[in-house]
Amino acid sequence: MNTESSDKKIYGVLAEFRNPKDLIDVSKTISGQGFKYFDTFSPFPIHGIDKAMKLPKSKLGWIVGGHGLLGLTGSFAMIYFMMVYDYPLNISGKTLLNIPAWIPVMFELTVLLSAFGAVFGMFFLNGLPKLNHPLFNSENFKKATDDGFFVCIESEDPQFDEENVEKLFKDAGAVQIESIYDES
Amino acid sequence: MSKTYEYVPEPALVKGNHSFKDITAMVTDINLRPTPKAWYMAFGVANLLLLLLLSSIGYLIWEGTGIWGLNQPAGWGWAIINFVWWVGIGHAGTLISAILFLFRQGWRTAINRFAEAMTIFAVMCAGIFPAIHVGRIWVIYWVFPIPNQMAMWPNFNSPLLWDVFAVSTYFTVSLLFWYVGLVPDLATIRDRIKSKFGKLIYGTFALGWRGSNRHWWNYEKSYMILAGLATPLVLSVHTIVSFDFAVSLIPGWHTTIFPPYFVAGAVFSGFAMVLTLMIITRKIYGLEDIMTVDHIEKMNIIILVTGSMVGFAYLMEFFIAWYSGVEYEKAIFILRATGPYAWAYWTMITCNVISPQFFWSKKLRRNVGFTFAISIVVNIGMWFERFVIAITSLSTDFLPSSWGYFSPTIWDVLTYVGTFGLFFTFFLLFLRFLPMVAVAELKGVMPQADPHNYNEKGEFVEPTVEIPEPTTTSK
Repeated sequence: MNTESSDKKIYGVLAEFRNPKDLIDVSKTISGQGFKYFDTFSPFPIHGIDKAMKLPKSKLGWIVGGHGLLGLTGSFAMIYFMMVYDYPLNISGKTLLNIPAWIPVMFELTVLLSAFGAVFGMFFLNGLPKLNHPLFNSENFKKATDDGFFVCIESEDPQFDEENVEKLFKDAGAVQIESIYDES
Repeated sequence: MSKTYEYVPEPALVKGNHSFKDITAMVTDINLRPTPKAWYMAFGVANLLLLLLLSSIGYLIWEGTGIWGLNQPAGWGWAIINFVWWVGIGHAGTLISAILFLFRQGWRTAINRFAEAMTIFAVMCAGIFPAIHVGRIWVIYWVFPIPNQMAMWPNFNSPLLWDVFAVSTYFTVSLLFWYVGLVPDLATIRDRIKSKFGKLIYGTFALGWRGSNRHWWNYEKSYMILAGLATPLVLSVHTIVSFDFAVSLIPGWHTTIFPPYFVAGAVFSGFAMVLTLMIITRKIYGLEDIMTVDHIEKMNIIILVTGSMVGFAYLMEFFIAWYSGVEYEKAIFILRATGPYAWAYWTMITCNVISPQFFWSKKLRRNVGFTFAISIVVNIGMWFERFVIAITSLSTDFLPSSWGYFSPTIWDVLTYVGTFGLFFTFFLLFLRFLPMVAVAELKGVMPQADPHNYNEKGEFVEPTVEIPEPTTTSK
């Protein structure tokens, strides 16, 4: 790691709160004041924090829907190509276009592709995998996967002002406040 | 008017006064502690059995399927029985993780990780049998729609081909579902583990998860959609497995009751297997506060329900055979109960229909030792169910002159025993290296996780339930 680097850019201010309720309250304050670039961190999803943070609806449903449709039409096209077009085979006099018998495979492939969409789409929307992140520089932040509840307002936000943000956190009852630097 | 009823509160999902930190420690310390000696011993035994499986498969590939007890008229033997048995066991994991999730059953969080792991390893054991039973395993890729030297495609009208797609999709989706659930917990271990190598491995698989609520928002959506997909999937998989039998014209197989009856049986045996494993594990690893007696009782109720459904299906089969008026149908069911395989049939009835009926008693439902015994009995019974279905119908079908009696060889037995080696090798690795309880999910169902359970000052208050006075409609 390059420790000499002089451009220690501030990434944001991180504050720890006591419990889920305090986290929701401070999220309401922050989003109410018009901050856009902020995030909250907790060891488990908190009921109602989406409203407090004013999060837009997840787009994942569209991704899954698209994949599912691809699975359905793709599998039909594949079976049609194989059973009717490329190598038509008379199997005990059954019709070539034997759609009812194709339903199981079409169903399975629809589910398979939808599941790929649901998993990889979710990671894509979340920008994961991303093994390195400025927040990981904070030793205290390790609690976020155990029993810590954190808020970070990022410097990218036009309203960001280190002192103001720290004051906001202090007033909201933060247990610990620290500045996070982007060490690159 | 005085109250004529009393309020029975839902039992707490986590017993003992544990904080979030305790839960993290209780579960993930198991992965961080040095490996216990007993684990090595168990792992050694599992490895030996796995070796047995690999040698049996090696000999099978070398010599051919003739080493098994297959012959005319029973051309399908232990391979199909074991396949259906293992795949059925796997279904409980998906039922717990997906269907109970959709029904908002908070108690599933204590056992879902565990049950999902069981699903994946059970499906692996199951998948071996259709793969090796083909005889010429080097051309197994013919079952997939990839170009081959015959320039032919697989037959999409065949239930055996549907099976290929159903089981491989099931395995893939179960694995993805499991992994998605694991990511936040892998991040927990990443943040707690001291060793550099461990940090690297867990950190890589945690994908840089940092508990962001913007991420949780998509994550929960994804989890919900996966549960919604896995639910019809699990029903379809055992439906398609039952089609292997039901779509044929063999008496005793060609029935429309097979799909629901197979699914109920799968859940029945799977829950029994989860109980068998859970009762041992929670004792050894001291997780009795998380996997409580309440959990065992709830699972026993499901065993009772599905066991009764299976019993009902056995009766219905008899009725429909008589009602159909088909001689061969009638004959096969009478032969099952009184013929050469009556011993297997009555083992099945005793284990599957009679044994779960003990769970009508609350006392027995909550008795851990008794539950353990029944859970094993149920799995024996479910193995015999598949034996009865597969073997009786084949060995005593249309023409009495072509009847026969099926006997397994030593290789049938060794291959089956060997699959336990495969199962337990993976299961022990899972217990050792992965959090066996979904830590993040478990925290989410604790009362401390609900922001409504905090007062104005931000202090935790136990949620209380107001019990209304009964309203009378008279007057």
